[in-house]
Amino acid sequence: MWRKLYQWLEERLGLSDLYKSLLDRPEPKGNWWNTLGSASLFLFLMQGLTGIFLTVYYTPSPDHAYDSIQYIMTGVRFGWLIRGIHHWGASLMVLVVFIHMLRVFVTASYKYPRELTWLVGVGLLLLTLGMGFTGYLLPWNQKSYWATTVGTAIAGTAPFIGEFIMKALRGGSDLSALTLSRFFAAHIWILPGLLAALIGVHLYLIIKHGESAFPDKDD
Amino acid sequence: MTDSHHISRRDFIKLATIVGGGVIGTIIGIPGLVYLLDPALKSEQGETWISLGPLENFEIGKPTLVTFVRSRVNGWEKTSSSYGVFVLRKSETDVVVFSNLCTHLHCRVNWVEEKRAFVCPCHDAAFDIDGNVLGGPPPRPLDRYEGEHAKIEDGVIKILFKEG
Ligand code: HEM
Ligand code: FES
Repeated sequence: MWRKLYQWLEERLGLSDLYKSLLDRPEPKGNWWNTLGSASLFLFLMQGLTGIFLTVYYTPSPDHAYDSIQYIMTGVRFGWLIRGIHHWGASLMVLVVFIHMLRVFVTASYKYPRELTWLVGVGLLLLTLGMGFTGYLLPWNQKSYWATTVGTAIAGTAPFIGEFIMKALRGGSDLSALTLSRFFAAHIWILPGLLAALIGVHLYLIIKHGESAFPDKDD
Repeated sequence: MTDSHHISRRDFIKLATIVGGGVIGTIIGIPGLVYLLDPALKSEQGETWISLGPLENFEIGKPTLVTFVRSRVNGWEKTSSSYGVFVLRKSETDVVVFSNLCTHLHCRVNWVEEKRAFVCPCHDAAFDIDGNVLGGPPPRPLDRYEGEHAKIEDGVIKILFKEG
Protein backbone atom coordinates (compact mmCIF):
# COMPACT_ATOMS: atom_id res chain seq x y z
CA MET A 1 0.00 0.00 0.00
CA TRP A 2 2.61 2.57 1.09
CA ARG A 3 4.99 1.21 -1.52
CA LYS A 4 2.34 1.74 -4.20
CA LEU A 5 1.58 5.25 -3.04
CA TYR A 6 5.28 6.01 -2.99
CA GLN A 7 5.69 4.58 -6.49
CA TRP A 8 2.82 6.71 -7.75
CA LEU A 9 4.29 9.89 -6.29
CA GLU A 10 7.82 8.93 -7.34
CA GLU A 11 6.80 8.53 -10.99
CA ARG A 12 5.27 11.99 -11.01
CA LEU A 13 7.59 13.93 -8.73
CA GLY A 14 10.93 12.19 -9.21
CA LEU A 15 11.59 12.31 -5.47
CA SER A 16 14.60 10.02 -5.50
CA ASP A 17 16.36 12.09 -8.17
CA LEU A 18 15.69 15.14 -6.05
CA TYR A 19 17.04 13.35 -3.00
CA LYS A 20 20.16 12.23 -4.86
CA SER A 21 21.00 15.65 -6.20
CA LEU A 22 20.15 17.54 -3.01
CA LEU A 23 21.36 15.32 -0.21
CA ASP A 24 23.28 12.46 -1.78
CA ARG A 25 25.60 14.48 -3.98
CA PRO A 26 29.32 13.73 -3.94
CA GLU A 27 31.45 15.96 -1.73
CA PRO A 28 35.18 16.54 -1.76
CA LYS A 29 37.10 15.87 1.45
CA GLY A 30 36.31 18.69 3.76
CA ASN A 31 36.06 19.59 7.41
CA TRP A 32 33.75 21.35 9.84
CA TRP A 33 34.30 24.70 8.18
CA ASN A 34 32.30 23.36 5.21
CA THR A 35 29.20 23.12 7.39
CA LEU A 36 28.90 26.86 8.00
CA GLY A 37 26.75 27.51 4.91
CA SER A 38 24.27 24.90 6.10
CA ALA A 39 24.49 26.43 9.56
CA SER A 40 23.61 29.83 8.04
CA LEU A 41 20.66 28.22 6.27
CA PHE A 42 19.49 26.61 9.50
CA LEU A 43 19.75 29.92 11.36
CA PHE A 44 17.81 31.67 8.59
CA LEU A 45 14.99 29.12 8.89
CA MET A 46 15.08 29.35 12.69
CA GLN A 47 14.89 33.15 12.58
CA GLY A 48 12.00 32.87 10.14
CA LEU A 49 10.09 30.52 12.38
CA THR A 50 10.66 32.37 15.66
CA GLY A 51 10.02 35.67 13.85
CA ILE A 52 6.63 34.46 12.65
CA PHE A 53 5.86 33.41 16.21
CA LEU A 54 6.83 36.85 17.53
CA THR A 55 4.44 38.62 15.14
CA VAL A 56 1.59 36.75 16.83
CA TYR A 57 1.91 39.21 19.77
CA TYR A 58 4.16 42.02 18.55
CA THR A 59 2.49 45.23 17.37
CA PRO A 60 4.49 47.64 15.16
CA SER A 61 3.13 50.94 16.42
CA PRO A 62 4.88 53.43 18.71
CA ASP A 63 2.22 53.20 21.42
CA HIS A 64 2.17 49.41 21.53
CA ALA A 65 5.54 48.09 20.34
CA TYR A 66 7.34 48.38 23.68
CA ASP A 67 4.41 47.09 25.74
CA SER A 68 3.74 44.20 23.40
CA ILE A 69 7.35 43.04 23.76
CA GLN A 70 7.14 43.46 27.51
CA TYR A 71 4.06 41.27 27.35
CA ILE A 72 5.86 38.62 25.29
CA MET A 73 8.64 38.52 27.89
CA THR A 74 6.49 38.38 31.01
CA GLY A 75 2.90 37.59 30.03
CA VAL A 76 3.15 34.78 27.49
CA ARG A 77 4.44 31.38 28.48
CA PHE A 78 7.75 30.62 26.70
CA GLY A 79 7.70 34.12 25.22
CA TRP A 80 11.17 34.66 26.72
CA LEU A 81 12.33 31.52 24.90
CA ILE A 82 10.97 32.48 21.48
CA ARG A 83 12.27 36.03 21.76
CA GLY A 84 15.55 34.82 23.22
CA ILE A 85 16.16 32.49 20.28
CA HIS A 86 15.30 35.24 17.80
CA HIS A 87 17.42 37.82 19.64
CA TRP A 88 20.57 35.71 20.05
CA GLY A 89 20.04 33.91 16.76
CA ALA A 90 20.24 37.26 14.97
CA SER A 91 23.73 37.97 16.26
CA LEU A 92 24.79 34.37 15.75
CA MET A 93 23.57 34.43 12.15
CA VAL A 94 25.66 37.51 11.30
CA LEU A 95 28.67 35.82 12.90
CA VAL A 96 28.17 32.47 11.17
CA VAL A 97 27.49 34.02 7.75
CA PHE A 98 30.63 36.10 8.14
CA ILE A 99 32.83 33.15 9.12
CA HIS A 100 31.31 31.16 6.23
CA MET A 101 32.47 33.93 3.93
CA LEU A 102 35.93 33.87 5.51
CA ARG A 103 36.23 30.13 4.93
CA VAL A 104 35.22 30.56 1.28
CA PHE A 105 37.88 33.26 1.00
CA VAL A 106 40.61 31.25 2.74
CA THR A 107 39.98 28.15 0.62
CA ALA A 108 39.80 30.34 -2.51
CA SER A 109 36.43 28.78 -3.37
CA TYR A 110 35.21 32.00 -4.99
CA LYS A 111 37.22 31.33 -8.17
CA TYR A 112 35.95 30.09 -11.55
CA PRO A 113 33.23 28.79 -11.90
CA ARG A 114 31.95 30.06 -8.54
CA GLU A 115 32.24 33.84 -8.97
CA LEU A 116 28.48 34.21 -9.09
CA THR A 117 28.07 32.10 -5.97
CA TRP A 118 30.38 34.59 -4.24
CA LEU A 119 28.54 37.63 -5.62
CA VAL A 120 25.20 36.27 -4.55
CA GLY A 121 26.86 35.59 -1.20
CA VAL A 122 27.80 39.26 -0.89
CA GLY A 123 24.13 40.06 -1.37
CA LEU A 124 23.27 37.53 1.34
CA LEU A 125 25.72 39.14 3.79
CA LEU A 126 24.34 42.62 3.15
CA LEU A 127 20.76 41.41 3.52
CA THR A 128 21.65 39.62 6.76
CA LEU A 129 23.10 42.86 8.11
CA GLY A 130 19.97 44.67 6.90
CA MET A 131 17.85 42.23 8.88
CA GLY A 132 19.87 43.05 11.98
CA PHE A 133 19.57 46.80 11.39
CA THR A 134 15.80 46.79 10.81
CA GLY A 135 15.08 44.29 13.58
CA TYR A 136 16.96 46.32 16.16
CA LEU A 137 14.45 49.18 15.98
CA LEU A 138 11.37 47.03 16.51
CA PRO A 139 11.41 46.88 20.37
CA TRP A 140 11.13 50.70 20.27
CA ASN A 141 13.15 51.19 23.44
CA GLN A 142 15.73 53.90 24.12
CA LYS A 143 18.61 51.86 22.77
CA SER A 144 16.89 50.91 19.54
CA TYR A 145 15.49 54.40 19.00
CA TRP A 146 18.89 56.07 19.30
CA ALA A 147 20.76 53.35 17.43
CA THR A 148 18.42 53.88 14.48
CA THR A 149 18.68 57.66 14.80
CA VAL A 150 22.45 57.35 14.54
CA GLY A 151 22.40 54.62 11.89
CA THR A 152 20.11 56.53 9.56
CA ALA A 153 22.02 59.76 10.22
CA ILE A 154 25.19 58.03 9.02
CA ALA A 155 23.41 57.23 5.76
CA GLY A 156 22.55 60.94 5.67
CA THR A 157 26.22 61.93 5.45
CA ALA A 158 26.59 60.49 1.94
CA PRO A 159 27.33 63.32 -0.50
CA PHE A 160 24.45 64.78 -2.56
CA ILE A 161 21.89 62.01 -2.05
CA GLY A 162 22.50 61.49 1.69
CA GLU A 163 19.54 63.58 2.78
CA PHE A 164 17.27 61.71 0.40
CA ILE A 165 18.46 58.28 1.59
CA MET A 166 17.96 59.29 5.19
CA LYS A 167 14.42 60.49 4.51
CA ALA A 168 13.64 57.32 2.56
CA LEU A 169 14.89 55.16 5.46
CA ARG A 170 13.08 57.19 8.13
CA GLY A 171 9.93 57.83 6.12
CA GLY A 172 10.37 61.57 6.76
CA SER A 173 12.99 63.76 8.36
CA ASP A 174 12.53 62.35 11.88
CA LEU A 175 12.08 58.96 13.45
CA SER A 176 8.36 58.36 13.80
CA ALA A 177 5.56 55.84 13.52
CA LEU A 178 6.37 55.79 9.81
CA THR A 179 9.94 54.68 10.52
CA LEU A 180 8.76 51.87 12.75
CA SER A 181 6.24 50.53 10.26
CA ARG A 182 8.57 50.66 7.27
CA PHE A 183 11.33 48.98 9.25
CA PHE A 184 8.81 46.34 10.23
CA ALA A 185 7.74 45.81 6.62
CA ALA A 186 11.37 45.55 5.56
CA HIS A 187 12.17 43.20 8.41
CA ILE A 188 9.36 40.72 7.93
CA TRP A 189 8.53 40.94 4.20
CA ILE A 190 11.00 42.68 1.94
CA LEU A 191 14.40 41.55 3.26
CA PRO A 192 13.41 37.95 4.12
CA GLY A 193 11.79 37.65 0.68
CA LEU A 194 14.98 38.78 -1.04
CA LEU A 195 17.06 36.65 1.29
CA ALA A 196 15.01 33.54 0.50
CA ALA A 197 15.25 34.21 -3.24
CA LEU A 198 19.01 34.73 -3.13
CA ILE A 199 19.50 31.66 -0.92
CA GLY A 200 17.64 29.73 -3.61
CA VAL A 201 20.05 30.97 -6.30
CA HIS A 202 23.04 30.35 -3.99
CA LEU A 203 22.01 26.76 -3.34
CA TYR A 204 21.22 26.13 -7.00
CA LEU A 205 24.73 27.25 -7.93
CA ILE A 206 26.30 25.12 -5.20
CA ILE A 207 24.44 22.02 -6.36
CA LYS A 208 25.19 22.77 -9.99
CA HIS A 209 28.93 23.17 -9.48
CA GLY A 210 29.39 20.84 -6.55
CA GLU A 211 31.60 21.96 -3.72
CA SER A 212 35.15 23.01 -4.39
CA ALA A 213 37.97 20.83 -3.16
CA PHE A 214 40.47 22.50 -0.85
CA PRO A 215 43.50 23.74 -2.79
CA ASP A 216 46.71 21.73 -2.23
CA LYS A 217 50.41 22.49 -2.61
CA ASP A 218 50.26 22.24 -6.42
CA ASP A 219 47.56 24.88 -6.77
CA MET B 1 24.91 -4.02 4.07
CA THR B 2 26.28 -7.55 4.13
CA ASP B 3 26.11 -8.21 7.84
CA SER B 4 22.65 -7.39 9.13
CA HIS B 5 23.89 -6.92 12.71
CA HIS B 6 25.94 -3.97 11.65
CA ILE B 7 24.47 -0.71 10.59
CA SER B 8 26.33 1.16 7.88
CA ARG B 9 27.89 4.51 8.61
CA ARG B 10 25.43 6.13 6.19
CA ASP B 11 22.39 4.58 7.77
CA PHE B 12 23.67 5.44 11.21
CA ILE B 13 24.04 9.12 10.25
CA LYS B 14 20.56 9.09 8.70
CA LEU B 15 19.06 7.53 11.81
CA ALA B 16 20.93 9.87 14.13
CA THR B 17 19.75 12.87 12.11
CA ILE B 18 16.13 11.75 12.23
CA VAL B 19 16.20 10.90 15.95
CA GLY B 20 18.22 13.97 16.91
CA GLY B 21 16.02 16.22 14.77
CA GLY B 22 12.90 14.66 16.23
CA VAL B 23 14.04 15.18 19.81
CA ILE B 24 15.12 18.77 19.23
CA GLY B 25 11.93 19.41 17.25
CA THR B 26 9.77 18.22 20.14
CA ILE B 27 11.75 20.14 22.75
CA ILE B 28 11.25 23.34 20.75
CA GLY B 29 7.85 22.41 19.35
CA ILE B 30 5.95 21.98 22.60
CA PRO B 31 6.94 25.36 24.07
CA GLY B 32 6.11 26.82 20.66
CA LEU B 33 2.61 25.41 20.78
CA VAL B 34 2.07 26.61 24.37
CA TYR B 35 3.30 30.06 23.29
CA LEU B 36 0.77 30.24 20.45
CA LEU B 37 -2.16 28.97 22.50
CA ASP B 38 -1.28 30.86 25.69
CA PRO B 39 -4.25 33.28 25.74
CA ALA B 40 -6.65 30.36 25.34
CA LEU B 41 -5.00 28.44 28.17
CA LYS B 42 -5.21 31.28 30.69
CA SER B 43 -8.06 31.42 33.16
CA GLU B 44 -9.95 34.70 33.11
CA GLN B 45 -9.82 37.01 36.10
CA GLY B 46 -12.03 36.33 39.09
CA GLU B 47 -14.96 38.01 40.75
CA THR B 48 -15.36 41.22 42.74
CA TRP B 49 -18.00 42.73 44.94
CA ILE B 50 -19.44 45.93 43.46
CA SER B 51 -21.34 48.42 45.60
CA LEU B 52 -24.50 49.74 44.01
CA GLY B 53 -25.17 52.33 46.71
CA PRO B 54 -27.13 52.57 49.97
CA LEU B 55 -30.60 51.07 50.15
CA GLU B 56 -32.31 54.41 50.74
CA ASN B 57 -31.14 55.71 47.32
CA PHE B 58 -33.71 53.50 45.67
CA GLU B 59 -37.39 54.31 45.40
CA ILE B 60 -39.61 51.40 46.29
CA GLY B 61 -41.32 49.76 43.30
CA LYS B 62 -39.32 51.48 40.57
CA PRO B 63 -36.38 49.76 38.79
CA THR B 64 -33.35 52.06 38.77
CA LEU B 65 -30.36 51.70 36.48
CA VAL B 66 -26.93 51.67 38.15
CA THR B 67 -23.90 51.77 35.89
CA PHE B 68 -20.30 51.10 36.72
CA VAL B 69 -17.07 50.90 34.78
CA ARG B 70 -14.61 48.04 35.04
CA SER B 71 -11.28 48.05 33.30
CA ARG B 72 -9.41 44.94 32.32
CA VAL B 73 -6.04 44.27 30.80
CA ASN B 74 -5.90 42.24 27.60
CA GLY B 75 -2.27 41.50 26.89
CA TRP B 76 -0.66 44.96 26.92
CA GLU B 77 -3.87 46.87 26.40
CA LYS B 78 -6.21 48.19 29.06
CA THR B 79 -9.84 48.57 28.12
CA SER B 80 -12.67 50.02 30.18
CA SER B 81 -16.19 48.76 29.71
CA SER B 82 -19.30 50.03 31.36
CA TYR B 83 -21.91 47.71 32.74
CA GLY B 84 -25.40 48.29 34.06
CA VAL B 85 -27.81 46.61 36.42
CA PHE B 86 -31.37 47.44 37.43
CA VAL B 87 -32.03 47.63 41.15
CA LEU B 88 -35.63 47.06 42.17
CA ARG B 89 -36.50 47.67 45.78
CA LYS B 90 -39.69 45.74 46.34
CA SER B 91 -40.14 46.70 49.99
CA GLU B 92 -38.12 48.30 52.79
CA THR B 93 -35.72 45.36 52.89
CA ASP B 94 -36.45 43.25 49.84
CA VAL B 95 -34.21 44.03 46.85
CA VAL B 96 -33.84 42.40 43.42
CA VAL B 97 -30.93 43.17 41.08
CA PHE B 98 -31.33 42.40 37.36
CA SER B 99 -28.67 42.37 34.71
CA ASN B 100 -29.57 44.88 31.99
CA LEU B 101 -28.48 42.48 29.26
CA CYS B 102 -31.29 41.13 27.14
CA THR B 103 -31.30 37.33 27.30
CA HIS B 104 -31.77 37.15 23.54
CA LEU B 105 -28.51 38.59 22.12
CA HIS B 106 -27.25 40.82 24.93
CA CYS B 107 -28.50 44.22 23.87
CA ARG B 108 -29.14 46.53 26.82
CA VAL B 109 -32.72 46.85 27.97
CA ASN B 110 -34.36 50.06 29.25
CA TRP B 111 -37.07 50.46 31.83
CA VAL B 112 -40.08 52.18 30.24
CA GLU B 113 -42.29 53.54 33.01
CA GLU B 114 -45.43 54.03 30.84
CA LYS B 115 -45.39 50.42 29.73
CA ARG B 116 -44.18 49.21 33.14
CA ALA B 117 -41.74 46.98 31.23
CA PHE B 118 -38.08 46.50 30.38
CA VAL B 119 -37.91 47.00 26.61
CA CYS B 120 -35.11 45.77 24.39
CA PRO B 121 -34.36 48.08 21.43
CA CYS B 122 -32.90 45.37 19.25
CA HIS B 123 -35.73 42.95 18.50
CA ASP B 124 -38.58 44.45 20.44
CA ALA B 125 -38.54 42.19 23.44
CA ALA B 126 -40.30 43.17 26.63
CA PHE B 127 -39.88 41.90 30.19
CA ASP B 128 -42.18 42.66 33.10
CA ILE B 129 -41.04 44.22 36.38
CA ASP B 130 -39.98 40.81 37.70
CA GLY B 131 -37.94 40.14 34.57
CA ASN B 132 -40.36 37.65 33.01
CA VAL B 133 -40.63 37.65 29.24
CA LEU B 134 -43.71 39.49 28.00
CA GLY B 135 -42.96 39.11 24.31
CA GLY B 136 -40.27 38.84 21.67
CA PRO B 137 -37.48 36.35 21.07
CA PRO B 138 -35.71 36.06 24.49
CA PRO B 139 -35.57 32.46 25.71
CA ARG B 140 -35.57 33.19 29.45
CA PRO B 141 -36.29 35.91 32.01
CA LEU B 142 -33.70 38.61 32.76
CA ASP B 143 -30.75 37.30 34.74
CA ARG B 144 -30.69 38.19 38.41
CA TYR B 145 -28.01 38.66 41.00
CA GLU B 146 -29.29 36.58 43.87
CA GLY B 147 -28.26 34.05 46.49
CA GLU B 148 -24.52 34.32 47.10
CA HIS B 149 -24.19 36.80 44.24
CA ALA B 150 -25.93 39.61 46.11
CA LYS B 151 -25.97 40.97 49.64
CA ILE B 152 -26.81 44.00 51.72
CA GLU B 153 -23.94 45.01 53.93
CA ASP B 154 -24.25 47.97 56.34
CA GLY B 155 -27.25 49.16 54.35
CA VAL B 156 -25.35 49.07 51.04
CA ILE B 157 -26.43 46.83 48.16
CA LYS B 158 -23.58 44.78 46.71
CA ILE B 159 -23.34 42.27 43.88
CA LEU B 160 -20.69 39.71 43.09
CA PHE B 161 -19.60 40.64 39.58
CA LYS B 162 -17.81 38.16 37.32
CA GLU B 163 -15.09 39.65 35.18
CA GLY B 164 -14.40 38.38 31.73
C1 HEM C 1 22.43 33.84 4.44
C2 HEM C 1 23.68 33.62 4.20
C3 HEM C 1 24.28 32.40 3.49
C4 HEM C 1 23.80 31.11 3.37
C5 HEM C 1 22.46 30.56 3.91
C6 HEM C 1 24.77 30.36 2.62
C7 HEM C 1 24.68 29.01 2.32
C8 HEM C 1 25.68 28.26 1.72
C9 HEM C 1 25.76 26.81 1.71
C10 HEM C 1 24.72 25.85 2.32
C11 HEM C 1 26.92 26.47 1.04
C12 HEM C 1 27.46 25.05 0.86
C13 HEM C 1 28.90 24.90 1.31
C14 HEM C 1 29.22 25.35 2.70
O1 HEM C 1 28.36 25.25 3.56
O2 HEM C 1 30.38 25.80 2.93
C15 HEM C 1 27.55 27.70 0.60
C16 HEM C 1 28.70 27.79 -0.18
C17 HEM C 1 29.27 28.97 -0.67
N1 HEM C 1 28.98 30.25 -0.20
FE1 HEM C 1 27.42 30.71 1.01
N2 HEM C 1 25.81 31.20 2.27
C18 HEM C 1 25.57 32.45 2.78
C19 HEM C 1 26.39 33.57 2.68
C20 HEM C 1 27.53 33.65 1.87
C21 HEM C 1 28.41 34.80 1.77
C22 HEM C 1 28.25 36.08 2.61
C23 HEM C 1 29.37 34.50 0.81
C24 HEM C 1 30.51 35.35 0.30
C25 HEM C 1 30.44 36.65 0.10
C26 HEM C 1 29.10 33.17 0.33
C27 HEM C 1 29.82 32.52 -0.66
C28 HEM C 1 29.76 31.16 -0.90
C29 HEM C 1 30.57 30.44 -1.90
C30 HEM C 1 31.55 31.06 -2.92
C31 HEM C 1 30.27 29.07 -1.74
C32 HEM C 1 30.86 27.90 -2.53
C33 HEM C 1 31.89 27.24 -1.66
C34 HEM C 1 32.44 25.99 -2.27
O3 HEM C 1 31.96 25.56 -3.33
O4 HEM C 1 33.34 25.44 -1.61
N3 HEM C 1 27.99 32.67 0.99
N4 HEM C 1 26.79 28.79 1.04
S1 FES D 1 -31.25 41.27 21.80
FE1 FES D 1 -32.97 41.87 22.91
S2 FES D 1 -34.52 41.21 21.64
FE2 FES D 1 -32.82 40.53 20.53
